[in-house]
Amino acid sequence: MNAPRTLFEKIWDAHVVAPETTDTPAVLYVDLQLVHEVTSPQAFDVLRAQGLKLRRPDRTLATLDHSIPTLPASGNGERPYATPAAKAQVARLETNCREFGIELHGWNSSERGIVHVIGPELGATQPGMTIVCGDSHTSTHGAFGALAFGIGTTEVGHVLATQCLLQRKPKTLAIHVDGELPPGVGAKDLILHIIGRIGVNGGTGHVIEYRGAAIEKLSMEARMTVCNMSIEAGARAGLIAPDDTTFAWLQGRARVPHGAAWDAAVAKWSALKTDAGARYDREVHIDAREVKPTVTYGTHPGMALALDAPVPAARDAIEQRALDYMQAAAGKPMQGTPVDVVFVGSCTNGRLPDLREAAHVLRGRRVAKGVRMLVVPGSEAVRRAAEAEGLHEVFRAAGAEWREPGCSMCIAMNGDMAQPGQLVVSTSNRNFEGRQGKGARTVLASPATAAASAVAGVIADPRAYPQQERAA
Amino acid sequence: MKPVTRIHSRTAVLADENIDTDRIIPARFLTTTTREGLGRVCFNDWRYLPDGSDNPAFPLNRPEAKGCAILVAGRNFGCGSSREHAPWALLDYGIRAVLSSEIADIFRNNALKNGLLAIVVAEAEHHWLLDNPGVDLSIDVREQTITLPGGKAFRFELEPFARHCLLEGVDQLGFLLQHADAITAYEQHLEQAA
Ligand code: SF4
Repeated sequence: MNAPRTLFEKIWDAHVVAPETTDTPAVLYVDLQLVHEVTSPQAFDVLRAQGLKLRRPDRTLATLDHSIPTLPASGNGERPYATPAAKAQVARLETNCREFGIELHGWNSSERGIVHVIGPELGATQPGMTIVCGDSHTSTHGAFGALAFGIGTTEVGHVLATQCLLQRKPKTLAIHVDGELPPGVGAKDLILHIIGRIGVNGGTGHVIEYRGAAIEKLSMEARMTVCNMSIEAGARAGLIAPDDTTFAWLQGRARVPHGAAWDAAVAKWSALKTDAGARYDREVHIDAREVKPTVTYGTHPGMALALDAPVPAARDAIEQRALDYMQAAAGKPMQGTPVDVVFVGSCTNGRLPDLREAAHVLRGRRVAKGVRMLVVPGSEAVRRAAEAEGLHEVFRAAGAEWREPGCSMCIAMNGDMAQPGQLVVSTSNRNFEGRQGKGARTVLASPATAAASAVAGVIADPRAYPQQERAA
Repeated sequence: MKPVTRIHSRTAVLADENIDTDRIIPARFLTTTTREGLGRVCFNDWRYLPDGSDNPAFPLNRPEAKGCAILVAGRNFGCGSSREHAPWALLDYGIRAVLSSEIADIFRNNALKNGLLAIVVAEAEHHWLLDNPGVDLSIDVREQTITLPGGKAFRFELEPFARHCLLEGVDQLGFLLQHADAITAYEQHLEQAA
């Protein structure tokens, strides 16, 4: 009998090309590398400089998402890039993909989108895989029971050339989420609550496995929201064991097996769970019933609390600086804080159910005067599906801007950004100083909270904005 | 990579905790396609005032911090994104080592691969270093020691392979390429299993 193993250990063991020793890390095989324009150009240059080939074009998939405009091209096809550098960076990825034979979901692809949205949509992300990308939110793919993590550009080059990485085995952290989330409380509230509990460095050196009744009940999109933010707790990766929800979501997608091969794959994937008796290095228990609509009040995602709970007093000068930057008052809740901009989108909350959640609040209501709201679908596929349901009409009727897919204001490097001092309620994942524009103040929230705040003009509880009937 | 064996410098201190990669280099500077010249925008939004002049409140702008190659930073330095632009910017700015009681995983990995010493020190030493900016330190990679002015030294942990690569200037890609046969064998085994 083999010793009981965790889900992480099963995936790790299956990908070891050369085991680690005291002197050297393991050589770990990578099943899929995702590539985008920002973190790849210097890696391709290394390949060229050393005369190396791309080892597995078939295990490499590229898209445009970070630097690209989300406003449409003009009549003559000219795209409104923020800077010539952004345009040049995109052109560089196009050239690199052509030269090395990589499938690129560029401007002409009907599947283009944020790298962590399109991987799953295409069925490129599958249970049991190892997946990397020069992007820390690669942890998103862990929702499918894949070991997925972000790497630096030097390592992007390593994988391009060898399909392998040098890795020390991380530790494991189980986060058990017991009970059931209350009505009106979702995955984003849950993950903000978890990071608020364990801290921004609570997962450092670990791979998190999320498990328990509340996790099993989550949709795939909700699981992606949870795994996406694992890195905000310092963890390399987040994992959720694949189950029938996973298989149903993946079946029929472009890159998954079909017919008998599908059945065989499902049989294999079904074994990807932590064995009874397997040990984690650490375990944390969270009671889902305690989670409320949650927002951040400081300048990192660990400074999170229920939107009606009072902001705690700063314990030191560093926390005080964060409160000052946010203009947050200790003793008062975030609820009721005036809002300038609302952003719904990103690889955390830019999928169809996220847009529906926001639209439910906005239908029959209007964005408050003086508030600017941007809704940015995570991919072309999300955009198509949303438009087929008429969600774009709901957003436009409410006074929000409906944009083309991309990272947009999540990272604010494409020209979509807030002005100094503006308060942004954002469904993205980072509230660092200046993340959404120099001096911009970011409050992370769920799509429902973001939409309710847009309507109220102040940070608002979405449960006070029940869905209205469709106009007859 | 050039070998890195020893660094001797005065320290500069950034006591803030959780200094994230967006603070080290804001995202709008990531549209570059090279790794050169990023020192100019290192800590950009903290370091300059809106009119482009130096912000006197940024600790590294103080005269005594000029030329310091060792940065002592608050807990959880380098959290956030995987951008390797962060260590590239720090190196180009003139920083050769970052000491903290905790350093984010991906940043540390990226830093060491570029010859930037990202070193985790114990709480007590970290406190002392934070409280005493401008001390002359000598970091010895081979011995894994940090020596204080009076000759007092303490040890730090360094992953053995990272240490080896720093000392010998080993190119990790070259090391990986030596495993080509094992990788091919692994891939053949994958195809057969499918
Ligand atoms: S949406 Fe934001 S977090 Fe996600 S890949 Fe884009 S920039 Fe990164």
